[in-house]
Amino acid sequence: MNSSSPRFTLAARVLHWLMAAMILAMLFIGVGMVASVSERHDWLIRIHKPLGIAILILVVLRLAVRLRHPPPPLPADLPALQKLAALASHWLLYALMFALPLIGWAMLSAGGYPVMLSESLRLPPIFPVSPTAFAVLRHAHAWLAMLLFLTFLAHLGAALYHGLIRRDGVLSSMTGVRLR
Amino acid sequence: MSDPSIPTPPAKPPGLTRSSRVWRAAIIGGVLVVTVVAFGYVGGWLAPHRLTPARIVNQLQADAGMFPGYRRNHAKGVCVAGYFQSNGQAQAYSDAQVFAPGRTPVVGRFAIPGGNPYAPDSSVPIRSMALRFALANGQQWRTGMNSMPVFPVATPQAFYEQLQAQQPDPATGKPNPAKVGAFFASHPETAAFLAWVKTAKPSASFATESYWSLNAFVFVDANGTRHPVRWRMVPQSSAAAGDVQKAGDADYLDADLTQRLAQGPLRWHLQVTLADPSDPTNDATKAWPTDRHEIDAGTLELESTQPQESGPCRDINYDPLVLPAGIEASDDPLLPARSAAYATSYLRRTSEEAHLPGTAAAHAKPETQP
Repeated sequence: MNSSSPRFTLAARVLHWLMAAMILAMLFIGVGMVASVSERHDWLIRIHKPLGIAILILVVLRLAVRLRHPPPPLPADLPALQKLAALASHWLLYALMFALPLIGWAMLSAGGYPVMLSESLRLPPIFPVSPTAFAVLRHAHAWLAMLLFLTFLAHLGAALYHGLIRRDGVLSSMTGVRLR
Repeated sequence: MSDPSIPTPPAKPPGLTRSSRVWRAAIIGGVLVVTVVAFGYVGGWLAPHRLTPARIVNQLQADAGMFPGYRRNHAKGVCVAGYFQSNGQAQAYSDAQVFAPGRTPVVGRFAIPGGNPYAPDSSVPIRSMALRFALANGQQWRTGMNSMPVFPVATPQAFYEQLQAQQPDPATGKPNPAKVGAFFASHPETAAFLAWVKTAKPSASFATESYWSLNAFVFVDANGTRHPVRWRMVPQSSAAAGDVQKAGDADYLDADLTQRLAQGPLRWHLQVTLADPSDPTNDATKAWPTDRHEIDAGTLELESTQPQESGPCRDINYDPLVLPAGIEASDDPLLPARSAAYATSYLRRTSEEAHLPGTAAAHAKPETQP
């Protein structure tokens, strides 16, 4: 291990990989459940709601960890445009990790649905009942999920580019393992 | 480890050969393409033959025409409100709060099947009752019931094929009888429904009908024991001999309901049928034998009615899978399909209500009223 390639703190790395798995699962569950009429529709929705709230709780924790332990700096020789793209896409990911669960919750509230996380665990509504607000929020939920998927693809592509082609320690700062 | 006191430049990995760079770029591209394809498949964009809620709702629109702002099926209806008075007798089988002795407020809707909100009441022999029970603990029970003991088909795929067969022929504006006949001939499970429909007549009142859950559900008692059930609402009012619809009046059901409610509340008994282990819970085309144990769970009392355009039922999606703790879905494949298709219908009509771009203007009057 190279002492000159700093890593994210252990808490940041655990949160990153845990949430990466949860968010990727969530994106597939989301598009899968609305395109299905089989029993998958029902059980995917039952996973979608509590998983979304779990992501909301974890992203609060994660933002706190990030503000307390700033991430390692990007390589000095990274072009300015790539640095800007890295910065912007990371804050976009944070914004979407907050926005999607909150919009999902607000959307069910506006639709007059009880927000059930399990058979009997119910969250209070966070938005007044309104069919027009429901429609707007429901569409926003879908479009922002698509934006999250695209941002995730860019993030994945960039991470692999750093790890396989630039090999500049950016990927290993999150994996903790250096690829050659 | 190098001595930390001696500054060492970051160890730069040896440069990649040109072919190695290409290979590595190809791996990255491959990972991204596989991810996108998997996403496209799961989301149905790359699986055009999969039956989706959107395809079912599109077919409903093709059969009935477009009526922006209205439900895509059971479009013609009226709001009702009242309460359910539980007598506590279902409590032994379900610990849902709605079955504890006491009152639960209800917002309901009577309707007739089909996607045309201007269809004459006599055009179909079926009536429907949808209810939303608002439990004191904040949970809800939503149910949509029909005035027939069995459903024509058992699966979402067969339902979709039935809708396709019933799509009006552009030449005549009516379903092609040959196609409809062929559908029923190739679906023997429709026999019980067809036998019922032969004797059924469009009722002159919503108040005199029984309404069946059709699908099976599962009651879960306080010990966690599961009891498969079906339920139905049995009216206290019965059809009088003189109860016939007035000729030429397309909307007699609404007038009848208003008139009856002006004289006092309308009541139904919630009859819950407990399944025998041999009874199918996944086949809504099969009635259960009539000797099954039944519980009278309480009385539904409807007190008032409002037009659906302004009443509280307008914005409720009567999704049969909105269930309180103590009631669960059975393995009936129609249930998740109903839930999914209702959600699509709800999103379309609320989007029209919100005048979102790309949606038709809500409440546009049809060009020709029947």
